[in-house]
Amino acid sequence: MSEKRKMLKVYLAGELFDVPEGSTIMMAFEYAGFQLKHGVGCREGYCGACATIYREKGDYKLKGGLACQTVVTDGMTIAQIPFVPAEKPIYDLTELTPDVSTFTELFPAVFRCVSCNTCTKACPQDIEVMDYIQAIIRGDIARAADISFDCIRCGLCAMRCPAEIVQYNNATLARRLYGRYLAKKSPELDKRVQEIEDGKFDEQIRELNEMEKEELSKIYFDREIKIS
Amino acid sequence: MKIPYFPGCTLKTTAKNFELSAIASAKKIGIEFIELDRWNCCGVVSSLTSDDLMKHLAPVRNFLRVQEMNKQGIVENENRMITLCSMCYNTLSLSNQRMKENADDLQKINDFMHREDDDYKGDVDVVHFLSILEEYGFDKLAQKVTKPLKDLKVASYYGCTLLRPKSVGIDDTEDPKILEKFVESLGAEAVDWDAKSRCCGSYHTVNNIDIVYRLVQGIIDDAKKNGADAIITSCPLCAFNLDVRQSEIKEKNSDYQTIPIYYFTQLMGIALEIDKIELGLEFNKIDPEIILTKLNLL
Repeated sequence: MSEKRKMLKVYLAGELFDVPEGSTIMMAFEYAGFQLKHGVGCREGYCGACATIYREKGDYKLKGGLACQTVVTDGMTIAQIPFVPAEKPIYDLTELTPDVSTFTELFPAVFRCVSCNTCTKACPQDIEVMDYIQAIIRGDIARAADISFDCIRCGLCAMRCPAEIVQYNNATLARRLYGRYLAKKSPELDKRVQEIEDGKFDEQIRELNEMEKEELSKIYFDREIKIS
Repeated sequence: MKIPYFPGCTLKTTAKNFELSAIASAKKIGIEFIELDRWNCCGVVSSLTSDDLMKHLAPVRNFLRVQEMNKQGIVENENRMITLCSMCYNTLSLSNQRMKENADDLQKINDFMHREDDDYKGDVDVVHFLSILEEYGFDKLAQKVTKPLKDLKVASYYGCTLLRPKSVGIDDTEDPKILEKFVESLGAEAVDWDAKSRCCGSYHTVNNIDIVYRLVQGIIDDAKKNGADAIITSCPLCAFNLDVRQSEIKEKNSDYQTIPIYYFTQLMGIALEIDKIELGLEFNKIDPEIILTKLNLL
């Protein structure tokens, strides 16, 4: 018989449940019988869909984290956030310029930043959020794109910001502007696109399409990964 | 001399000509600006309410960067932080003053940033580049000048934030002289005029533009009445209003005689014979080269 797992008491959406020690917040919800339809995605810490607010027993601080990555502690109080209804302006990237005026137009609230750094403290990805907001304010789009690279758009920064800035949407725009206008152009990419258009890989694609699942699976796992 | 330097957002966006010309001119006389790592907005405009401490976090974070630079040995025993923009100078100075004078406020700010940074100890001094030049010596600066700005009549425009409030003013609030001394050290003629510390209209330029047109026209008229060929300033907002709004007045009235607006460091660069590319003259709206060419200074 397997050893009985130690159980912890946690409050999920206001109700007390016993859940196994070592569970993530997401596992705790599902163990308790909740069916998560929103606020759940890749379950691997990449997609940012599962922003969660919690407080640990004996601590006054409200903390944020990803439900799929944060392990529960005894007495934890947890509130799942289905999604963040933040402002998201519509824009056409081809009509924008990679400078501060674009942000003045689309995200004027960015200039309300008081440098309190609350956004940085809320970020589950340990991104220096305030620093990229400050980079945007001074028109350094490349720096903003670089600092915010690991952002998974969970929205916790925007929820804690006293200046009501939607940091992650600013960061997304900064990276898009960087990609379209500022990043060094890659001649290799153009060459490869041309090769694809010329049909260089058509035969290989046809072979893959005709393979059985087992065979496909075998060559996938046996593939050589080159890291340059 | 190496000195921690706070640029501010405007100098990185719409006032690049100010930063370029200041760094090049300072370098020519042996002053090296070391830009703060990870600086943030100065916090403009300074909040005057007593319970609005949050607005002072931004300035204090910048002072902490100066503390760090000393700790890391990037500068040696240099607690001064140099600023160029009058508005940044004003905002940072007022916050610093409050932190130095009010231990409770400083404690609250330090507590808020607990575990982020070291505590701010209150020993950084905010200085304007003009004060550094005064300390360097206008006589000494005059000796470095290789192309005196002979026959150029310059009106020095202080605006508000370099002088007011008195507690952070870099010179006498009513009768300032520092810019005139600077102008004379470059070999130019300092014009005495009435409008030197009048308001340019400041942020009314965003949504009350007619107020700015009226004030700018008054300032320009006074400069012309007193025979000035040029106006200098150290405030990007004043420069924007005097330069851009003045050119718009000209667009509406083709008979209007414009007068070029320079950052004081641009004229300093001309007098030190720095290549004009390094002075960002192309960013000035009203042609800054006509009068300089006429007087054989370019």
